[in-house]
Amino acid sequence: MSNAIVQLEHVTQRFAWRGKAVQAVNDVSLSIAEGEIVCLVGESGCGKTTTGKIVAGLLKPTEGRVVFEGKDVWAMSPEEFKHYRRAVQIVHQDPYSSLNPVRTIYKTLSAPLLRHGFARDNREALAKIRELLEIVGLTPPAEFINKYPHQLSGGQRQRVSVARALTVNPRFIVADEAVSMVDVSIRLSLLNMLTGLKEQMGVTFLFITHDLALAKYFVWEGRIGVMYLGQLVEISPTPDLIEHPSHQYTQALLSAIPEADPNLTRNKERIKLRSLDVPSLLNLPAGCTFHPRCPSYKEGLCDRVAPAPLEVTKEHFAVCHLATQSRAVQAGTM
Amino acid sequence: MPREREQLTKSCEILSVEDLWVEYRSPRGTVKAVRGVSFDLHKEETLALIGESGSGKTTLGMALIRMTPKSGSVPRGRIIYRRDGEMYDVLGLDKEALRKFHWQECAMVFQSSLNAFNPVLRIWDHFHDTARAHGRVSQQALRERAMHLFKLVQLDPERVIDAFPHELSGGMRQRVLLALGLLLDPQILLLDEPTTALDILTQRTVIDLLRRLREELGFSLIFVSHDLSLAAELANRVATMYAGKIVELGDVHDIFYRPRHPYTLGLIKAVPTVTGAFRELASIPGSPPDLVDLPSGCKFQERCPFADERCRKEEPELEGMGANHSVACFKWRQVSLEKEAAHA
Repeated sequence: MSNAIVQLEHVTQRFAWRGKAVQAVNDVSLSIAEGEIVCLVGESGCGKTTTGKIVAGLLKPTEGRVVFEGKDVWAMSPEEFKHYRRAVQIVHQDPYSSLNPVRTIYKTLSAPLLRHGFARDNREALAKIRELLEIVGLTPPAEFINKYPHQLSGGQRQRVSVARALTVNPRFIVADEAVSMVDVSIRLSLLNMLTGLKEQMGVTFLFITHDLALAKYFVWEGRIGVMYLGQLVEISPTPDLIEHPSHQYTQALLSAIPEADPNLTRNKERIKLRSLDVPSLLNLPAGCTFHPRCPSYKEGLCDRVAPAPLEVTKEHFAVCHLATQSRAVQAGTM
Repeated sequence: MPREREQLTKSCEILSVEDLWVEYRSPRGTVKAVRGVSFDLHKEETLALIGESGSGKTTLGMALIRMTPKSGSVPRGRIIYRRDGEMYDVLGLDKEALRKFHWQECAMVFQSSLNAFNPVLRIWDHFHDTARAHGRVSQQALRERAMHLFKLVQLDPERVIDAFPHELSGGMRQRVLLALGLLLDPQILLLDEPTTALDILTQRTVIDLLRRLREELGFSLIFVSHDLSLAAELANRVATMYAGKIVELGDVHDIFYRPRHPYTLGLIKAVPTVTGAFRELASIPGSPPDLVDLPSGCKFQERCPFADERCRKEEPELEGMGANHSVACFKWRQVSLEKEAAHA
């Protein structure tokens, strides 16, 4: 894509663990366009958080390239790298541990403003902080500005985290499970606030979550990528992924999710997996990594040959030997 | 669930909670965590206690089995437990009787499945200790019972029984806890956030398992959760909690399709579904009240679009509106009209 802001090219991340290599992210390629919103979903240990950290430049991948505005991030000059790190901000999952407990909101937000020259003195910083608190919905700002994190609720803290990310005028925000620790009734207003940032300020988002229903709601106009054991196994514009999942794993996930609607959830068709156990990252299965659990795997193919990404329909890719077949079956039943 | 069966089970209340209050002492003052809760649990039903953090749902769950922490107290209330024609107040049990009540009558599975185990004991020791504490010591019979239960919860008995807790995955530990909970064949199983920390596919296994076990073994299930979809999936009846009170209680279909409390309606409108049509969602403005310094009147009125003068002065009590559905709201007629309008 020509207008890509961030690109991952065959990115692999290995960690050393007791003398062995754990492949947390395995050959992930992903291109995110300016103003786009992409969501990574998957279960714990699938590598979605690691991928987020790689995108934000917090981790240097073992293999592959991270490209920001056409430049390889890890071959940048210090000045360029600083610019990149400022343009790409991350909002962490836990609003209880990601804010410094002994700093007031003012301190937390003024530090990056002053450090990076977005405010020349305390007075300018104060004005800017007021503006930021308004943007993230902490109003009136005067009521929050001198508070400590422990005086705020979880939802309010998460808003402070977002405000902190916004201090340096980022163009790209990685939101790692940014709303999963917040109550249902408040979650939505946080999400709407983030959507507003995208619309008003043109911020590009990489949204990481384990909650597919939330992903559907938040990125209906964007793309969802599904990760499994470090691989991006399916990626597609959201409506097509939800309505026509092509990878067996995505289908299993969608069928397994309980829904907040008794008739809908009790009449859902369930896909039975062959095994409940997730294989260890230390000892990945040969062929397609999902084959030991896949209900429709083909012996001799899926357990031997690793599938390549397949474009099922426009912009909808699945890494599965049976993707086109399952698509045809779905079309037949529609 | 067929209507006839619902009628039948209604007469068999095994647990009746009457005007239960729980308070905690804190440096800022008294936290009124549970404020006058009353409900019945019927034989072989699944009751979901739904609410957000700070709604008092976990405190209520703990109080049901007299496990309120030391900083808490139960100033008022009765918890009537019935079995085979006998009945007693759980709050009046002495230490020894309470010990028997736990596990033999009512077993509980806590939220964090790792912390619930002693990390230096093998799974078998946990089973052995529990059985011995309740006077059942035949090793052979116990081992057979444990093996049987592991099979019921879809675990490989040989792999699990001599394992240490850390050797098992989160989903496996949750299933071991279920097996342990069922060891003494309790009449009630109480679960706190049974699927919260689990991945989607594991969560599905645990949900299906709970449903099957409840049907096969015929116990009653109470679970506490913030997750509406879990209630939609598993419960026969749902109680919505807000600021320490049950604000709505009814059949699961009534709660989801005909909610009468504005808070229940708000929760349902705030939760997206994956399959089904894309629908607009709405959040509930504001945040829950401070339990130390509760506002006057209805505790939801500050966030409620229906609130009027009366709501600001008087707190509504939970009242039946026929058809096993009760609500604590002066405005419930308007709420149900809005819900119908949204459906049309």
